[in-house]
Amino acid sequence: MKKVNLLNLRKMKNIKFIAMAIFATVILTSCDDDDTPDPVNEEEVITTMTVTLTPNGGGTPVVLQTQDLDGDGPNPPIVTPTVATLTSGVTYNGVIVLLNETESPAENITTEVEEEADEHQFFYTIGSSLNATTTYTSFDGNGNNLGTEFTLTASAASSGNLTFTLRHEPTKPNTGLSDAGGETDIEATFNITIQ
Amino acid sequence: MSKYALLILLLCSITSISQNCKNTLSGKVIDQHDGTLLVEATIIIVGSEEVVQTDLNGKFIISNLCDGTYNVQVSHADCLTKVFIVKVFGNKTKNFKLEHHIEELNQISIKGKSYTDKSKTILESTISKKELENFSSGTLGDALNSLSGVSSLNTGNTVVKPLINGLHSSRVVIINNGVRMEDQEWGAEHAPNVDINSVGNLTLIKGAGALQYSGDAVGGVIVAESAKVPVKDSIYGKTLLTGASNGRGAVLTSQLTKTYQNGWYAAVQGTLKRFGDFEAPDYVLSNTGIFERNASLRLGLNRFDYGFEVYYSLFKNEIGILRASHLGGAQDQVRALNSDVPLVIDDFTYDISKPRQEVTHQLARIKGFKKFENFGKLSLQYDFQRNNRLEYDIRRGDDKASVDLELNTHTLLVDLDASLTDQIRLKTGVMAGYQENFPNPSTGVRRLIPDYDKYDLGIYAIVDYEFNDDLTLEAGARFDYTHMDVFKFYRTSFWESRNYGEQFSEIVVQELGNQISTNPKLNFYNVSGTIGATYEFDDKNKLFFNYSLASRAPNPSELFSEGLHHSASRIELGDLSFNSEIGHKIALTFQHEKEKLSFSMNPYINTINDFIVIEPTGVEQNLGGSFQVWEYRQTNAQLLGVDLDASYTFTENLSYNHQFSLVKGYDRTFDEPLISIPSVNTKNEIVYQNQKINNLRLSLQSDYVFRQNEYPNNNFEVYIPETETTETVDVSTPPDAYHLLNFNSSIDFKINKQSNLTVGFGVTNVFNTSYRNYLNRLRYYADDLGRNILLNIKFNY
Repeated sequence: MKKVNLLNLRKMKNIKFIAMAIFATVILTSCDDDDTPDPVNEEEVITTMTVTLTPNGGGTPVVLQTQDLDGDGPNPPIVTPTVATLTSGVTYNGVIVLLNETESPAENITTEVEEEADEHQFFYTIGSSLNATTTYTSFDGNGNNLGTEFTLTASAASSGNLTFTLRHEPTKPNTGLSDAGGETDIEATFNITIQ
Repeated sequence: MSKYALLILLLCSITSISQNCKNTLSGKVIDQHDGTLLVEATIIIVGSEEVVQTDLNGKFIISNLCDGTYNVQVSHADCLTKVFIVKVFGNKTKNFKLEHHIEELNQISIKGKSYTDKSKTILESTISKKELENFSSGTLGDALNSLSGVSSLNTGNTVVKPLINGLHSSRVVIINNGVRMEDQEWGAEHAPNVDINSVGNLTLIKGAGALQYSGDAVGGVIVAESAKVPVKDSIYGKTLLTGASNGRGAVLTSQLTKTYQNGWYAAVQGTLKRFGDFEAPDYVLSNTGIFERNASLRLGLNRFDYGFEVYYSLFKNEIGILRASHLGGAQDQVRALNSDVPLVIDDFTYDISKPRQEVTHQLARIKGFKKFENFGKLSLQYDFQRNNRLEYDIRRGDDKASVDLELNTHTLLVDLDASLTDQIRLKTGVMAGYQENFPNPSTGVRRLIPDYDKYDLGIYAIVDYEFNDDLTLEAGARFDYTHMDVFKFYRTSFWESRNYGEQFSEIVVQELGNQISTNPKLNFYNVSGTIGATYEFDDKNKLFFNYSLASRAPNPSELFSEGLHHSASRIELGDLSFNSEIGHKIALTFQHEKEKLSFSMNPYINTINDFIVIEPTGVEQNLGGSFQVWEYRQTNAQLLGVDLDASYTFTENLSYNHQFSLVKGYDRTFDEPLISIPSVNTKNEIVYQNQKINNLRLSLQSDYVFRQNEYPNNNFEVYIPETETTETVDVSTPPDAYHLLNFNSSIDFKINKQSNLTVGFGVTNVFNTSYRNYLNRLRYYADDLGRNILLNIKFNY
């Protein structure tokens, strides 16, 4: 019986040793000092879209802007102006600029979109009550529509919505949003009056 | 050592010389794993010449025994020999349970009850080895899905999460080789990181009854173990190759085990799985391929009274997520829902593009045990797990992952399993754990799960008491303490909208313009318990009763989610003020087993206080358009249901199996149905099996899934500028009922004395039926899998 106990004792010691070794491992591996994490630079977010409409023959540009500084946070985008006024009979040269203002200085996302022009396209949706037409003036490497630049012709006096949609990985070429597919990166609607 | 043991046993048995020597000891010898009766088992009364064998029904009888305590040695060709201590005063009936070790290598058992380890008062069910091997090309979730009461929450067909009696994710605890899996199981699109081909035994406990593993399994516990190895000089292995038409891929899995008479053993196992795009009946499910590579290694020593094992496994999985499921806002959802076919259908390819997941899970474990005579078994285990999850979304610019999380977990366990008396067994132990989560900030996307350190301490005790041969009682309790030290960046706008500034001002570290860095420190004190009884009316009828109390601390996702969840195109918001959810589950099982007919019926009711649900609360606008907002909230929930299993043997070769599961889940506070509750389903199978024709087995299975008719209405409306209309986004209505027919067959060939070959052929979804499943998260975008023809070849050596 004694021998049995001795054997047990020896094994107990072994177990103890293993236990100690394991504890040591746990403690050693878990005690590396964590530095305080850094905030993440949000690279993907588009906070601001600015559409500058410059009258063809010169004059004061009309600036449409939607800005959502908290990205997918609870605050809705701020759209300015509440109602934008265009002049009947005037053709405007439109330029779209996208910014990520969560970074400082703000990052220009339009450049990224232009770099991947074949994977992006802007669409302009004119509400049925608004008398206006648009034409693409910027294209991707394959000659398909990109739409970061365009012209907008304001016809007879009217009012309605003008919606800008940016699709990522659309089918190109396409006849419009209905057969473009892809995913919506931006959808912003402005209230327009033509007078 | 065993000589001494034998000597002591002998000495003990000599002491029992007394007057009444007309007693009989009778009973059955039963396989501990699946309850089969063991024929020709040898029973020896140690210290006497008395040797008997069990008959064809596994029964034995020994007569002319005196009053006293005997050491009874029970052995069987396929099993480990075991010595039982039996008190005989008058005639005694006693059933002996042996552990199968040869058969076990080929068998997966799913059970609620178990070997003496797990829970004694919840019933078991099993999947045969053949059925398991049919899932070689599938997942752990697919295998479990074939059981009554288990369904799965899917993201496509490669991300399969088990759902037990209506509950999933953090409410289902998975124990892999004695290690609690910490693989970011909180996410609905995070499948368990376990290779189905590495599993030797799979045990399912529909409840929190298995307190030695955890106290927070509100839904249930799944225990996957490697096959046990015999103590003898041997080398054996298995190679299984499965090819499948759907996905045009194959799985190769192989394992080799070397064992020695002196107890040493080593085993290696590996799996390679490669599939391209899967196909629905009418189109290719673009970007749904999978590439999985797993390996595991174990080495150990198994002696009668001590042993140890070192185990390491590597699981690496690359899964494509249906391209058409990656969307922008609600406008895109409308387009997807209105389209009968997925918005993106490309030609078949093996390439896995974005969106995709890349998961690597490493598990290392060292375990030792020592048995002390007349006392019990003491085990010590340390394990380490590293889970690295990368999720790639379709994004502008570089190829960086959008989610890059590394979760490291260390756990130390000390367990004691002691027989206090002949009838009373005690299991008790302590668990200490440390976990650290590191979300890589270089993704350029705000952290989905914040940095945190988590400390766990748990202590439990379970007692089971064999009141008599018919009645066993079980009771257990567990206490867990969890401390979380978190570092989280909140969006200032969210922080303010939640009014956290007033509630949690003390946790603010720094204000950084549009973000606030915080350091929440959370403590959870959880009590869990179980109490149950098993009563055997006679040989054929048995009743199980179990009550379990489970307490689950909220997971990091429920506490800290705050932002757009791309794969669901919705904004998900957690709540810092959550407390633990508490589940009370009462389960009753009646089991009847006769030669021809056997069935079990398992009604249950699970009442959960402070149940954490996520549900839509509104629609938010951002530059991408409209997004539905889903917020976690705590409520009182109740799940009720019944699981039914039955089988009938017509003739020796022909049998019929039936399964039926029903579960209903309600939010009792708001008096509405819970979301994602499995619909009623029933499986019926006819099996023809003939051992004379090379063990030919043919089976035809019908799988009918009813439409879920109770669901919360989470639909919302969105304005579509192109059409100038307001459209309803129907994210609630469940798909229609469907019926699938599956065929399976296999035949064995003997190659030589040691080796045999099994060839299997099967077809799932024979009629190429188009269907969608309510519990598939991609059901909005595409049909489920079409016909799949499988061929598998297994070589045992």
